[in-house]
Amino acid sequence: MSLPPDGDKQALVRALEQRILTGRGMALPELRAKAFEDTDLPDPLATLLDKVAKRSFQVTDGDFAAAVAAGFTEDQLFELVICAAVGESSRLYQAGMAALAEASG
Amino acid sequence: MRLGILNDGYGFGTKLLFSLIRLFSRQQVPDAARLTFYRPDFYGSYSKALTHEAMRGPSGWPVAERELMAAYVSKVNDCPFCIGAHTATASLAARNEVTVTAALADLESAPVGEGLHATLRMLGTLTRDGHLSAEDVRAVLDAGVSRQQVEDALAICYVFNVTNRLANAFGFEVMNPEGFQAGAKYLLRRGYR
Repeated sequence: MSLPPDGDKQALVRALEQRILTGRGMALPELRAKAFEDTDLPDPLATLLDKVAKRSFQVTDGDFAAAVAAGFTEDQLFELVICAAVGESSRLYQAGMAALAEASG
Repeated sequence: MRLGILNDGYGFGTKLLFSLIRLFSRQQVPDAARLTFYRPDFYGSYSKALTHEAMRGPSGWPVAERELMAAYVSKVNDCPFCIGAHTATASLAARNEVTVTAALADLESAPVGEGLHATLRMLGTLTRDGHLSAEDVRAVLDAGVSRQQVEDALAICYVFNVTNRLANAFGFEVMNPEGFQAGAKYLLRRGYR
């Protein structure tokens, strides 16, 4: 594991995102990228991961059961749910930082 | 939790640690902590480092106000576990449960300072609507908040947007008040590492 030094929050954000997208995992990197972007996902993953990104309070046991029934392992779902959560949060963060740059630039 | 691996997929050493925590704290290990112990090289170690830096690292925001931001973002995301955890932590840090509860119930009428009020409103807009305008940020800067403080608040918002989604999706079990209180004491004593 390689973490940037304390004090640089943006570098810590980048390290987390780089790790979940490009580091070793059980879900294919291409699928992790799609989960992160919340785009072009096959069902029933699309249903589960879009809920994670947009309305996580609506995720149900059935959403996970459908993804397992489609052949995904729990470890793959662990990774893909994290990618979906981080991806949406990253877009919000970038939107906030862009607005800050415009407001103070 | 909804994935069996997050309930019992831990190695012997981690299971022993969980047992010791239960023994000494007389509380269950919060699901937020359990998550960071599962394959920590994928998410947990990175998440803990970032969360600790955002919540306990150097900042113009006092810890109590950062914890209130965490609770407020969690409220907007409708995340019961994180609302409970960070309402308890913010209240303990501020020694003022009334103000924290008021801010979560109705921000506009809550007795919080102008800068914090404007910042919470900005974080709510970003989290709820998915975008933020330069005017939204200027309102915060005009309230006396520095550029660095806005950046720090956005990092807190990032951390809790991630955590809220994972708590809701994985199905973190909401603890009783004693459990949240014990967690709050731990987070104020030790932070998020």
